[in-house]
Amino acid sequence: MTAHRRTTDTLIIVAVILVAWQAVHQAVGGTALPAPLPTLAYLAKFLPTARFAANAWATLVCFFYALILAYALGLAIGIWMGTNALSGAVGEPILISLYTLPKVTLYPVVLLIFGLSISGRVTFGAMHGVLPVALLTMNAIRNIPTVYLKSARALQLTRSQTIFTVLLPATLPEVVSGLRIGFSLTLLGVLLAEMFAAKQGLGFLIINAMQLLQGEEMMTVAVVLFVFAAAANALLLAIDHRLHRRV
Amino acid sequence: MSRIGWIRLAVIAAAVGLIEVACRASLVDHRVLIPPSEMADALVRLLISGQANDQIARTFAIVAAAALISVAAGFALGAAIHALPRLRQALDPLFASYYAVPIFIFYPVMIAIFGLSVVPILLMGVATAVVAMILATLTGLDRIPRVLAKVARVHRMGRLATALKINLPAAAPHLFTGVKLAVSYAFIAVIASEFILAPAGLGRIIADAYSDFDNRRMYALMLLLIIVATAVNLALHAVDRRWAERRGILKP
Repeated sequence: MTAHRRTTDTLIIVAVILVAWQAVHQAVGGTALPAPLPTLAYLAKFLPTARFAANAWATLVCFFYALILAYALGLAIGIWMGTNALSGAVGEPILISLYTLPKVTLYPVVLLIFGLSISGRVTFGAMHGVLPVALLTMNAIRNIPTVYLKSARALQLTRSQTIFTVLLPATLPEVVSGLRIGFSLTLLGVLLAEMFAAKQGLGFLIINAMQLLQGEEMMTVAVVLFVFAAAANALLLAIDHRLHRRV
Repeated sequence: MSRIGWIRLAVIAAAVGLIEVACRASLVDHRVLIPPSEMADALVRLLISGQANDQIARTFAIVAAAALISVAAGFALGAAIHALPRLRQALDPLFASYYAVPIFIFYPVMIAIFGLSVVPILLMGVATAVVAMILATLTGLDRIPRVLAKVARVHRMGRLATALKINLPAAAPHLFTGVKLAVSYAFIAVIASEFILAPAGLGRIIADAYSDFDNRRMYALMLLLIIVATAVNLALHAVDRRWAERRGILKP
């Protein structure tokens, strides 16, 4: 019943967004913002083209590498700072400061180091995702109730048994929350990098379409990215909720 | 300062020192990175010369405006949504995925609609920041202890008096967390917008300095931005912490 209602609510929100889109279109005219229907028609035509596939693939590859880098580094930093009390206390405020910094200003530095290559975009994307993963992993480890560790010792579990049967299940829900936020921010980082300086990718397509006054293409790419991000988040959120409920 | 604080300072100083040494010893190409001391020197000269002051003032004014609008509108919307549970339930999926969607992809759309001016930048700032404030307001109003509502009833307080004397102070720590987030989100969105495409502003002149290979200017402006952003965030964080401690949300 609640799932049914949630679906209805989501549909209502989508309907409201479409109506608002149409209203803004009426107000500002077709060249600035095309109406929803022509955009959807363009979307159906544009998605099968090789140009879309090439650019979407470029973004996806970049995002994939950035995500692996962000997750690996974030988990490593998080585990280190969570298990080592001193480094955690020293490093946490530094990580939080970096988290709230407008990282986009640092993109020129990344570009100077890597040039206009995929490495630069991957690094920039990973820079966005690594911090939430590290912070939430660290907190997850710190917040393990000491009684869990005591029972592990009382049961004389070996080190690997402790890790796999106690520590991992206890920290998993919060770590997954971190991975979810890291996913969104890494995507944002990759898209920002493509928007600022790239000759391929969906971020580049949007900026390019805007400069060529191709409203339909601009909105089409925006809609595709919007749907992708929202769907991925819904999936991760479902996993997240499930894990949190289990504990 | 505590021992931890000193260690933290030493770590940061060591990192900066390492970059300085690496640059001076030509381990790092000066076309890539310049020594931090030179960045500071360039920043001081730039500020004294006053060349960039207009742009800097412009950007910080937009950030302040976006943050103010977001806080005011976010609080009003949050209070309204809190009063309408059915609407809140309907909006829940939107709130859950709002920050997961890179709303920044709509910046070019804003430019197409409003032209290359201050309006799209301000709108991106507000769009990014306002939802954080709405969510903080909802949390704040949710967490008001029931006993306080009873206290108000016992004292026969009117709706307005209850709102101002009971609800507002009780929700204040959460509201301030919203303010903190709104400011830092507005900061990020405005700078990023200016950076991608803008007629003027701090983000724009950093991007220009990068295109002109003017590293001294670029690093000076970056340093300024990092200093200001860190200072603002630390100040807000300190106030937030003190408030939370006073309310017993966080142990000192």
